[in-house]
Amino acid sequence: MSGPVRTTERLGWLPAPVLANVVIWAMLVAVPWWLPQVGGYTALGSRILIYALGAMALNVLLGFTGMMSFGQAAYFGLGGYGAGLALVHLTHSSWLAVLAGTALGGLAALIIGALVNNSRGIYFAMITVAIGQIFYFVAERWDAVTGGQDGLTGFSRQPLHFGSITVPLDDTAFYYFVLFFFAVGAAIIAILLNSPLGHTFVAIRENRRRATFLGIHVGRYVWTSFAVAGLLGGLAGALNALQNNFISPENLYWVESGNFVIIAVLGGMRSFWGPLVGAIIFIGIQSYVSSLLPTNWETVIGVLFIIIVLFFPSGVLGFIRRRVRPA
Amino acid sequence: MELVLFDAFNGLIQGAFYALMALGLSLIISLNSVINFAHGGFMVIGAYLAFALAPYIGFWGALIAGPVLAGLIGILVERGLVRWLYGRSDPVYSLLLTFGLALIIEDSVRSIWGAQGVPFTIPSALNSPLSATYFFITGYRVFVVGAITLAAGALFAFLRFSSFGVRIRAGILDLETVAALGVNVYLLRAVNFAIGIALAGFAGVLAAGVLQLSPTMGNDVIMATFVAIVVGGIGSLLGSVLGGLIIGVAAGITSAYYPVASDVVIYIIMAVVLLVRPRGLLGQEGLFE
Repeated sequence: MSGPVRTTERLGWLPAPVLANVVIWAMLVAVPWWLPQVGGYTALGSRILIYALGAMALNVLLGFTGMMSFGQAAYFGLGGYGAGLALVHLTHSSWLAVLAGTALGGLAALIIGALVNNSRGIYFAMITVAIGQIFYFVAERWDAVTGGQDGLTGFSRQPLHFGSITVPLDDTAFYYFVLFFFAVGAAIIAILLNSPLGHTFVAIRENRRRATFLGIHVGRYVWTSFAVAGLLGGLAGALNALQNNFISPENLYWVESGNFVIIAVLGGMRSFWGPLVGAIIFIGIQSYVSSLLPTNWETVIGVLFIIIVLFFPSGVLGFIRRRVRPA
Repeated sequence: MELVLFDAFNGLIQGAFYALMALGLSLIISLNSVINFAHGGFMVIGAYLAFALAPYIGFWGALIAGPVLAGLIGILVERGLVRWLYGRSDPVYSLLLTFGLALIIEDSVRSIWGAQGVPFTIPSALNSPLSATYFFITGYRVFVVGAITLAAGALFAFLRFSSFGVRIRAGILDLETVAALGVNVYLLRAVNFAIGIALAGFAGVLAAGVLQLSPTMGNDVIMATFVAIVVGGIGSLLGSVLGGLIIGVAAGITSAYYPVASDVVIYIIMAVVLLVRPRGLLGQEGLFE
């Protein structure tokens, strides 16, 4: 599951991806035991997984299709509002709330994707960020439905029912709830990237013109990629709303879109697991620095952005990969 | 009727700011191939520099010194950071670097001058209404529109008639050939970046007299500037001016009839323009893709 390109490298007697995957999943399952030992807390683990999922979804578009989208927050935020509004008005099921948020994010991406799929490069970046702002202003201004600037409150995640058993979603249970959806999202992305569809995405990234000459309808594939990124971004956003029992327009703002891009680039946008690594570092630094320097942590994040761009353009995983296996 | 005129005039001023910001951003995108997310930040720098200097050198001195100092900071940023991006074709890096820069600028301004807005006083000669009926047309507002027109005109004249300006335009078309002809393209790009930043600084000083100064005043302007450029067509300077004026006036008129939608309307205009003309009003196919 390390993307469609590298599947045959071996580390010792095990194919590296299998070993790496076993280690990663074992670590993720064990988070509630080891994260508090190293100074974290379980809810931080949930937050990291949520942002990792949002950035992995974006990375289908950004890293694998080569489309510079700067509007991921729109679908992340819509997922949150979808889940929150469903809990306020429609349902008492956390499952259905997540489903509603995911559907809203996916639907919006499907519609917006139709509008933007023929744009490229700088145009695509500027258009996606500007369209994302539409949702921000709607959420900020439509007080009656969204709660306006103060955000949407009045909902909380509901206990899960399995037959006669009721599981309240405390921090640990919620972590596994998130991990379940993270695994579903990661599996969908992995299957997608290893399918002919995913290979077509990479072909478009590598040489759009040649892909066109081969008869590939590039616009449609970009649209598909865009919709997948939005759908799973909506899933991450829905989980985010449940984690905080709150959703605010800030989650739709372009700064949040920038956070998803930096998470993907920081970890390595050519790697399947890059966004997870990026989320661990980014969310980790954000929570550590914002408690250490409550007033100036934005400067630290800004300096981090610049250092990554100047010195680690292929991200942490890309950097390690080059050290381990010089080209 | 007067209310509509009032909002349309407000929109025109807003549009003039967008146009000035879009001009600088467009120059930088064209020759430096960098989407400058920190453009709003540089506008804030210009505004606060003027605020800090005005007590010593007066409004008119600050109006000159603010943009010039912002432009000098621009050169430092270009030489120190931005130039390392020139070889990279993926726009993600320029977006991220300037985004980080925008965060640093906003944070620094907040640390130095505080998160609360500060007032900026303009000469009283400019502050009185010119007409009793159209009370909203104050001297300062007319001055702002005039100053922006002058700055845009000076830029177009510079690009059209000075040899350095001609080189910038040639570099936008084909930088490699210009370099091969012996032009110092490093200097060209550095100066071009500084000009773009100075325009943002100029917009900041002028905006300081209309709006209250705050560290985040650049954030909403930068998005509107993006929209102006996309509407006008990336790479077209005239398109940037046109796009800025269109969305400014549209937002102003919308706020007369349906105030809630005044923020959203510019994005709707952008969507419509893109459906009809995917490369903006004056953009050319193939550029920047």
